[in-house]
Amino acid sequence: MSDIRVTIIDRRGVRHQVDAPTDMNMNVMELVRVYELAPEGTIGVCGGMAMCASCQCYVLSNHSLPGLSDEEEAMLSEAFYVKDNSRLGCQLRLAADFDGLEVELAPEGS
Amino acid sequence: MIQTDILIIGAGPTGLFAVFEAGLLGLRCHIIDALPQPGGQLAELYPKKPIYDIPGFPEVLAGELVENLMEQIRPFQPGFTLGERAETLEALEDGTFQVTTSEGTAHKAPVVAIAGGLGSFEPRKPLLDNLSRYEGKGVAYMLRDPEDYSGKRVVIAGGGDSALDWSIYLAGIAASVTLVHRRNEFRGALDSVEKVGELKKQGKIRLITPAEVIKLEGNGKLESVHVRVAGEEEEDMQLETDAFIPLFGLTPKLGPLANWGLEIEKNAIKVNNALDYQTNIPGVYAIGDVNTYPGKLKLILCGFHEATLMCQSAYQRIYPEKRYVMKYTTVGGIHGFDGSVKEAPKTVVKPID
Repeated sequence: MSDIRVTIIDRRGVRHQVDAPTDMNMNVMELVRVYELAPEGTIGVCGGMAMCASCQCYVLSNHSLPGLSDEEEAMLSEAFYVKDNSRLGCQLRLAADFDGLEVELAPEGS
Repeated sequence: MIQTDILIIGAGPTGLFAVFEAGLLGLRCHIIDALPQPGGQLAELYPKKPIYDIPGFPEVLAGELVENLMEQIRPFQPGFTLGERAETLEALEDGTFQVTTSEGTAHKAPVVAIAGGLGSFEPRKPLLDNLSRYEGKGVAYMLRDPEDYSGKRVVIAGGGDSALDWSIYLAGIAASVTLVHRRNEFRGALDSVEKVGELKKQGKIRLITPAEVIKLEGNGKLESVHVRVAGEEEEDMQLETDAFIPLFGLTPKLGPLANWGLEIEKNAIKVNNALDYQTNIPGVYAIGDVNTYPGKLKLILCGFHEATLMCQSAYQRIYPEKRYVMKYTTVGGIHGFDGSVKEAPKTVVKPID
């Protein structure tokens, strides 16, 4: 399986274009950690269980994404800085049709 | 002053298992944790989630693992200071350490083992202007004494178990309870959701959804909150209230121990993993998710290993003159400080008639 390209805008507003594998069961939160685009301890705090909002991001591109699970929706309903295009990065599993995805990390403390 | 052999900071799985390994060596432990119950993340974040990578347990619920660990360490009678955050670490002249909590409880020990995970859990605070101005003056994130709210008008915000449970509890104590949540759906246990529905019908809880508290007002203390209902942005409600309790869950913060003079890297404490998980301060160890070293993995099973090696090193530190040989529990059994003894049954040697 081939890699896809994902653009991540970090919390300082810096754009990063990164290659992302689609055959490693990896999600957007993990991708941010792999490339160290946010300091350890500020993202993926709960490990990817949709139980914190530290990986909240805004989806800027027009990709059709999988729907929100009840858990993700519930977490976002209690998170801060939430917008219409908010998602939890840990719930966005990287797949081939995510090529060109562009996300911006929500502020720390969300 | 609480005195012990190994003072453990953090009652998560790593901290709890350290009590067991210390106990095998005859060392006593005391544990400090900011949460009111032991278990750390496992109890606070995901008690009902199954874990599949604990050796010997094909599947175990996080909450069950905590219960099992508590049972395993019971013979070694650990002390607990719960609901208090470790604030300061002081090296004393006699070579021991003093750790003092947020409530001023002092602890003294020759060895400190930080098993603090991701840090201490702190309330997630909503983004409201002047929020900190009203903290302790009407705004609270935890309910230490529910009787404080007797006869008061209370506004609670949030949609999880704690928001539901406290709304139910305070409905019987407070003058009025208003629950504000961003959605119409609540995420709590089914019977809590139903109970709140019942109390709403009886007029004992006022439910405002989907809505948000957007503003706090008051002179010197909280007097009212402004609530905005989704879709009715022009008509914010002003509710007179004595208390506002936002319950948006907890998030871990490294907190005060970041200022203890420990070497910190990537939000974790650097340790010597070639030897004993000691930090740059001799006598202070860091084990489990809170530490970092080349190749570190934040796994419970790694924390157990680190706790075990830490205890061996702690023993040497406390009894430098003693020679010690590690004994298997199958050989030495378990001799609890409570007088209990567990050991392998003796093999029966008997001729057959």
